[in-house]
Amino acid sequence: MIYNIPYIAVVTLVLIGLYAVIMKRNLIKIVIGITLIESGVNLFLITLAYREDSVAPIYHGSGMRLMSLPVPHALTLTSIVIGVAVLALMLSLIIHIYKHYGTLDAKEIGRKEE
Amino acid sequence: MNGFENILSDLLVHSPALIVAIPLLGAFLTPFFGKVHNTARNTFVLIIVLLTSFFSFLLVHDILVNGNIHTYVFGGGSALTSGGFAVRILFQVDGLNAFMAIIATLFAIVGVIYSWSFMKEHTGLSKYYTLYLLMIAGIFGMVLTGDMFNFFVFLEITSIASCALIAFYTNKGKAVDAGFKYIVVSATGALFVLFAIAILYGQYNALNIAVLASNIQFSFLDRIALVLLISGLAMKAGIVPMHMWLPDAYGRAPSSVTLLLIVATQASLYGALRMIFTLFGGQLSRSVNEVGGIEINVNLLIGAVLVGLAILTIFVGVLMALKESDFKRMIGFAAVAEIGYMILAIGAALTIMFSVNDLETSRLALNGGIFHIFNDALDVGLLFLVAGAVYYATKETSLNRLGGLARNMKYTTVFFLIGLLAVAGMPPMNGFSSKLIIYQSTFLVNPILSIIAILCSILLLAVFVKVFYSAFLGPKQAKYEKVKEAPKSMLVAMAIVAGIILFIGLFPDIFISNVVEPATRALVNSGEYIQYIMGVI
Repeated sequence: MIYNIPYIAVVTLVLIGLYAVIMKRNLIKIVIGITLIESGVNLFLITLAYREDSVAPIYHGSGMRLMSLPVPHALTLTSIVIGVAVLALMLSLIIHIYKHYGTLDAKEIGRKEE
Repeated sequence: MNGFENILSDLLVHSPALIVAIPLLGAFLTPFFGKVHNTARNTFVLIIVLLTSFFSFLLVHDILVNGNIHTYVFGGGSALTSGGFAVRILFQVDGLNAFMAIIATLFAIVGVIYSWSFMKEHTGLSKYYTLYLLMIAGIFGMVLTGDMFNFFVFLEITSIASCALIAFYTNKGKAVDAGFKYIVVSATGALFVLFAIAILYGQYNALNIAVLASNIQFSFLDRIALVLLISGLAMKAGIVPMHMWLPDAYGRAPSSVTLLLIVATQASLYGALRMIFTLFGGQLSRSVNEVGGIEINVNLLIGAVLVGLAILTIFVGVLMALKESDFKRMIGFAAVAEIGYMILAIGAALTIMFSVNDLETSRLALNGGIFHIFNDALDVGLLFLVAGAVYYATKETSLNRLGGLARNMKYTTVFFLIGLLAVAGMPPMNGFSSKLIIYQSTFLVNPILSIIAILCSILLLAVFVKVFYSAFLGPKQAKYEKVKEAPKSMLVAMAIVAGIILFIGLFPDIFISNVVEPATRALVNSGEYIQYIMGVI
């Protein structure tokens, strides 16, 4: 059971994120939702890499102990970098939207003309 | 002479990597040329795109003529690392990838030529071209890669670049809004894809599509992964419940960007095809589920769901196009409907292939679907180019205010007429040949499907005849007295697309047997794709 907790956390994070993306009208909250989904997926990747009693895959000073799998770590790093780029882009778009409409409510923005 | 051939074969070996590397490097060199001179920068971008096209042509030619599959392992050596992990990044190119590469190459060239005059009045062009080349690199990466995670990375590169380009007119709130919608949908979709990749990696310790496909068990987790992959990619392809972003993004982006967006959408569709037919293909054909004593054929279910979604997509697209009064958004809805036709053909192929085991008909349906990917890109692309030319000349996209443009914009009118007939599937154009195949094959699944498909095509014709009448015909309008024909580079771009539409429309056989057939063969015989990489290992 104790080993399943990370997976439960992953599913919870993704579901909360999806809820925010679908149900929330505030653009910032939508962005937070996407970030939550992303953290969930990243946590999933990291959890996959972990083996019981393993250490980080760095040779220096690790002795002969079991190491966790390095590939998912590389994937996670890449995914984090991409996530930061997407986040920055989304927030900069929100700044522009706020300048134009003076609101962050998705419904109100949809109702306004140009 | 011998030396020259050696160089050529060397270039061929490295071409999969170069096709992505050249636009990627070119993208970041573009601002330097932008500092020198505008024309120098435009020429540089054109040269980069032509160079990419040369390598793409080399690769595609070799694959289509000799029937080879190319792989390119980054870092060299074998595809497996010493521990037996299939985690090396590699590009694997077969008939289907080559087919997609042709579309991407063609639209990259046309898009850059079109941008030359279309964008010249704007500032920030160095950034525009940088993003444009990045998007081209991303699309090429998506359609050439043979690695799941690499596919995700290129998916994200494409969506980040295209989102920034959709919001290029930052002085217009609606354009920024469209860009935001697009990035929300594509970021969520891409994260679904990443989740699925993680599930698959967790079970099989591999990221390579071919290695995964040879190991896949179709367990419960795999099914979740399949659902996540299809729904994630369908979001990016704009299939109906997730189509909301598409007309906005297509309509608000500059026309030259829309052209590439169409290709990016098709590339996501290609991803879905690759996942269904190659990754899960071997298992789908055998998998039967027992639910409470009733046997349910999984592939039949997927096929039926796809057909249902397709009909919905076609309907929604056409009906929304009927009531839309904005020129570009209307074409955007028509593009949604056109995507429905491809999904319809693919769904029909799945239903037939795995349920009745009638390979001949399912091949026909797949041929139609894949052929339509190309035709749709051309037809909708041409319409968007025309809409862009109209916007360039009049600064107006509302159909209620446009009128009588045929007097001043002769060539543009002719191109619009060609695009109109093609998108509605009228005989001398390319849309007819692929839609006929789709009608023919869906008729075998259920005649009602093909009736709906034909009906919606007719409605599409009605939509565009209305546009043709209200924008190009009608009385002379005083405010459009001084409107000039679109500049030469835009006319050349439109002429290239229109010429290809006419050529394929007149000689569909040449195109189907040389380009579409290899792609279908690659899809149906997923074993070849898998065996090849296992052989290399």
